[in-house]
Amino acid sequence: MGLRPSTAEPRWVRLLLVSVTLLFLGAFLVTPLVAVFVEAFRKGLGAYLASFADPAVLSAIRLTLLAAGIAVPVNLVFGLAAAWAVAKFEFPGKSLLTTLIDLPLAVSPVVSGLIYVLVFGLHGWLGPWLQAHDLQVIFAVPGIVLATVFVTVPFVARELIPLMQEQGTEDEESALTLGASGWQTFRRVTLPNVRWALLYGVILCNARAMGEFGAVSVVSGHIRGKTNTVPLQVEILYNEYNFVAAFAVASLLAMLALVTLAAKTLVEWRVAAAPASIFAAGEKP
Amino acid sequence: MRWPRRRHSVLPGFGLTLGFAVVYLSLVALIPMAALFLRSRGLGWGGFWETVTTPRVLAACRLSFGAALIAATINAVFGFVVAWTLTRYRFFGRRLVDALIDLPFALPTAVSGIALTTIYAPTGWLGRALEPLGIKAVFSPLGVVIALTFIGLPFVVRTLQPALEDLEVEVEEAAASLGARRRQTFRRVILPAVAPALLTGFALAFARALGEYGSVVFISGNLPGKTEIAPLLIVTQLEQYDYEGATAIAVLLLVVSFVMLLVINALQRWSGGRHARGA
Amino acid sequence: MSITVENISKSYGAFRALKGVSLEVPDARITALLGPSGSGKTTLLRIIAGLEAPDEGSGPIRFHQEDVAGRRVQERRVGFVFQHYALFKHMTVFENVAFGLRVRPKHERPERAVIDRKVHDLLQLVQLDGMAHRYPSQLSGGQRQRVALARALAVEPRVLLLDEPFGALDARVRKQLRVWLRRLHDEIAITSLFVTHDQDEALEVADRVVVMNEGRIEQAGSPEEVFHDPATEFVMNFLGHVNVFDGRIEDGKVTFASVQVEHPDAAHLHAGPTRVFIRPHELSLHLLPRSDSLPARVTGIHAAGPAVRLTLATEAGLVFSADVSQDVYRSLKVAVGGRFWVQPRDLRVFPGIADQTRD
Repeated sequence: MGLRPSTAEPRWVRLLLVSVTLLFLGAFLVTPLVAVFVEAFRKGLGAYLASFADPAVLSAIRLTLLAAGIAVPVNLVFGLAAAWAVAKFEFPGKSLLTTLIDLPLAVSPVVSGLIYVLVFGLHGWLGPWLQAHDLQVIFAVPGIVLATVFVTVPFVARELIPLMQEQGTEDEESALTLGASGWQTFRRVTLPNVRWALLYGVILCNARAMGEFGAVSVVSGHIRGKTNTVPLQVEILYNEYNFVAAFAVASLLAMLALVTLAAKTLVEWRVAAAPASIFAAGEKP
Repeated sequence: MRWPRRRHSVLPGFGLTLGFAVVYLSLVALIPMAALFLRSRGLGWGGFWETVTTPRVLAACRLSFGAALIAATINAVFGFVVAWTLTRYRFFGRRLVDALIDLPFALPTAVSGIALTTIYAPTGWLGRALEPLGIKAVFSPLGVVIALTFIGLPFVVRTLQPALEDLEVEVEEAAASLGARRRQTFRRVILPAVAPALLTGFALAFARALGEYGSVVFISGNLPGKTEIAPLLIVTQLEQYDYEGATAIAVLLLVVSFVMLLVINALQRWSGGRHARGA
Repeated sequence: MSITVENISKSYGAFRALKGVSLEVPDARITALLGPSGSGKTTLLRIIAGLEAPDEGSGPIRFHQEDVAGRRVQERRVGFVFQHYALFKHMTVFENVAFGLRVRPKHERPERAVIDRKVHDLLQLVQLDGMAHRYPSQLSGGQRQRVALARALAVEPRVLLLDEPFGALDARVRKQLRVWLRRLHDEIAITSLFVTHDQDEALEVADRVVVMNEGRIEQAGSPEEVFHDPATEFVMNFLGHVNVFDGRIEDGKVTFASVQVEHPDAAHLHAGPTRVFIRPHELSLHLLPRSDSLPARVTGIHAAGPAVRLTLATEAGLVFSADVSQDVYRSLKVAVGGRFWVQPRDLRVFPGIADQTRD
């Protein structure tokens, strides 16, 4: 009869929209990603691998791992604490707090770096005091860690808060009535309930911590082999027209991004499949 | 049953977690940001005004706002098409495409910056096609727009997708049974229903684009007064130890960020309020 | 006949939702499509509306003799009321009702003042005149359903189709709205077809009931007909409470438990095993044995109602229920454990597989 369902577009419209989507995403998303790897291997595998023999690159990798290694656990603890307070209790100023948690996402990365320069820099609030005690924060490792911590503050908390709010307090209350202590309740009831969201938050937090450029760039001072993170090293190599090395190092970060996307997709499937897996577990003899 | 909400109080750890969260947030974020505002007060209103109205700053702000606005608009249009296609149609590779949408979130901005510059350079894959048309994509305002479109896309798509998924098919069927043609249903039923989400996505993309640094600095060429964006100007002035100038622009950007945050919150309340009690 | 469909089939993959259904819906009456979930009743309604297309090879769909099978839903002029209302959340009540008039092509579109008057008349009809400027989220469930109805009526539909119109409402509002819909229909007399799985709803509201099961129509008739004279075992079972006994048909007699009764139906049925259907109110209780009665003991009493429902069990463990009036309940001094002789005043047997194949 050829009668089209009442809520479907004509075939040519659907084809057109799918084509526009694929073309737009192809040009805007896929091409840059492919370009990174093509440029990295332009002079062959040898040149690619040689890029990583540079001590400056190795030191940049070490510094990035250090910054992420501090920022992620610290913000994990913060995210859990903030989510517990916001999701399980009522208190005045709650919505203000949730807005403030998101603040670092709204602030330009450059401004994020600048505020630390204004506090710890030579001409900043604590500058003279720090200099008197021979401590350096800005243009040194502590500044990089601080800037990384700042930009990654919201990631764990904003994954946890909506989920924990949705889950309510019944599970925890029933654990308490069964005699569990507060800590036991948190560890055995709350944490398992939010584990996938927590993992997702950590993944995003880590990706941002390792990839941050603007904020770190402002506080780093670009001292080769000392205060360069991986993204900053990419910039330096690129500006020196050392394109193969720049893209080789960039390909590391691109792979990190792909792993992040894959992990995100897996976690989403996991969450979607969670109810089914409970049944599967129940059916086991 | 409606008595005062005291039922949460049996859970422990309120003081500890809230205290820690507030102290941490204050130390890491709020106090340093207060430093920015205090610093700008030293400038005085006149000094502030003088700093942000120099031709170079004005040009940078014009470029930043203009390019962010154009990029967010492009994303609103194409982001809508992408979100629509991903939620409504089944086609080969849909899940892969869906996962790829977040790439601009996940890819470090410096990497996006050098990759985009390489592609759109006159010798690059896409730049080669634009060159004969007389279009200069790199080291031009167009380059800034391209970079900002790249980083803003996921905001629009990811806020629209749930809104489109929530639309009940029944509502569209109701419109059809009342005689509305598909185009009328789209314009009068679907579009108004997802408008808050679309505007939220637009605002998020705009806010992000305004402050973006890493992906732009490579492709823009950073010519003062021509392709220099506001965040870059902050960095430049900082490198010249012009703390006052940097602070003034930063305050301007920060205030706009706050306003955008309020706008976005209001938009979300708007869409939340209308759908309250699940009509 | 106002709606006539012939030989409509619909498959979803391997699942056959409708198996060649033909149906006639009388003019200016309310007809109920009654059946359990999965019986195909909603699919049939959506096909009539044009929201779904029937399989290839299906027959015509006629509204007042005109074949509309090739027409799209927009052109069929049906009023469709959805179970979950499907109101436009971003429009006020007024805008929702006016929608169908405002989307008409320019030359057919009524003038603004005409639309205004019409919408207000309709809102008055559904008793929501004061609510014109509210949003759907500010209305109760019953009010939303009435808005949905007014919206469907605004386009002056040739037929009104309602999909489980009271399904999403709570029991009390449901009852009120049922009575109200019946009265409204008496006022506007539009050909209406509504889908329900609730037998009380169908029997109370409809002029005609069509019982569906597994993609087929089991029986169509007045509420009295389908209730008192069910054509099939399924209808018997689906409408009202019924006791089912395993029995036999032999020599024009029906035998079950220790009872043997002559029955006119049995005379022209094939001999063999059968199932015997008896409604609880068709059983009477006696203190002394009678012919065709079986002994049973009372195991449960539910006396909070117009009649008393008793649960009884025979020696052999057969459990069934019987309804007696409050008067009988008191005069017989019925108590749990009490023994009575139970006599069927009426019963029903249906043609078995043997009869169908022989035919």
